[in-house]
Amino acid sequence: MNSQEATPNERVFVLPGDILGDDSFKSGSGTYIKDGVIHAAQVGVLNINRDFINIMPAFSSYVPKHGDSVIGIIVDNGPSSWMVNIGCPYTAMMHTNDVQWNVKYGDTGKYLKPGDAILAKVSNVNEVKKIQIAMKEHGLRKLESGILVKVPQPKVPRIIGKGGSMIAMLKQKTQTRMFVGQNGMIWVEGEDNNMEVVSQAIQIIKDRAHVSGLTDYMENYLDSQDCRDSRDSPDIGSNGD
Amino acid sequence: MDNVQLIDDNGKRNDGRGPEDLRPIKIEAGVLNNADGSAYIEWGKNKIIVGVYGPREMHQKHLQKPDRAIVQVNYSMASFSVDERKRPGQGRRELEISKILSEALERSIISNKYPRTSIDVFIEVLEANAGTRCAGLTAASVAMADAGIPMTGLIASCASGKVDGQVVLDLDKLEDNTGDADLPVGYIPLTDEVVLLQMDGHLTPQEFDKAFGLAKNACVEIHQLQRDALTKKYSQDPDEDNGEDQAGEEVVSE
Repeated sequence: MNSQEATPNERVFVLPGDILGDDSFKSGSGTYIKDGVIHAAQVGVLNINRDFINIMPAFSSYVPKHGDSVIGIIVDNGPSSWMVNIGCPYTAMMHTNDVQWNVKYGDTGKYLKPGDAILAKVSNVNEVKKIQIAMKEHGLRKLESGILVKVPQPKVPRIIGKGGSMIAMLKQKTQTRMFVGQNGMIWVEGEDNNMEVVSQAIQIIKDRAHVSGLTDYMENYLDSQDCRDSRDSPDIGSNGD
Repeated sequence: MDNVQLIDDNGKRNDGRGPEDLRPIKIEAGVLNNADGSAYIEWGKNKIIVGVYGPREMHQKHLQKPDRAIVQVNYSMASFSVDERKRPGQGRRELEISKILSEALERSIISNKYPRTSIDVFIEVLEANAGTRCAGLTAASVAMADAGIPMTGLIASCASGKVDGQVVLDLDKLEDNTGDADLPVGYIPLTDEVVLLQMDGHLTPQEFDKAFGLAKNACVEIHQLQRDALTKKYSQDPDEDNGEDQAGEEVVSE
């Protein structure tokens, strides 16, 4: 298990404390350095990207970064701000200055109430992890319909797929609109039956995230499902990120 | 009390073990669906389940640390876990164990990634037969790794002690109650750190060195079981979960 060298195609499973390499490499995410040697800090799969050693964790909680697109749920509204759950250990704050509406002091509840889901962007994270989010940019809005599906944050890249291939296929085969937040919350809108298919498909991707040939497997799976084709417009779905 | 013979003439203990043998140990990771991480351990007749929640925002604000996460352990024994019904709730003993285990676990994690948060660990003893703090710590460390919390290494823990004037490893209930000394050790084999060390009773310096060495060696053995438990959970082939031959698989593995 203490693999000094790993070929790029080989999936190496590591556990906390495992020795991953010496100081000819740089310590990336999920690792730590002790006495000039890089060790694993999390359970996951080894990923060597040029001279960086990273671990793709099997499970870990979301840590917001500046610029992340996320889906949040309003938990509380104050006179000039909302508190938003974005699926990380900290509750994020969104000020009335950071939304596209002109909100009067004390009128926050007229626009967003606890329980509402929104598309937002992380605008600031400081050193004690006070998080501010905003929905001022084009395309960021309140989600009025559809369903939310949650996956652990480390699985997000598999939902999107290489160059967005997986999500493009999901959208195309099920005729739904989707948005994947960096925090692992996924919004799906479409026919009731098709939303159910997508939600099942997402669970399968989550369970098989570490298996190769996932896109082909999912293509077969979706073809075997009965997706109603009610919308004729080929222009379905927007932000694939 | 004194005329109980704990080690017979052949050097065997009351349950048939030699002086340096562990009780059988079984660890399983990821047993609770709604916890972020969990583990179950069977250690001899001990049965313990551990759930880890978090990191999550610490809601007693005066306890939160601006630069790091803290670990809050809640050790509790079920009222049916011992022969005589145990009065439920946190007593002096539970508070002490919760405190020492949270300090031990806090040493093993890389806590500055999640400032102002707490990681809540619930250790629930379902059946107790001496050595529950060691078994609980061993399982809690697996559960924390399962929850994806960054750590320097897994903590393995084991007790040694003195029975009938002889240093032995991993005391069971009879030996714990009637023996001369008990020495629980928590140890991170990969970084060679001791994170828990307590002593009950009397040992000479020579006996202490022997007992400590025994416990440390046992921790290395237990550490391998912890690794196996985590590897088993995460390297599972999804086809085995929903494939037709699942029933056959289960019969073979048990």
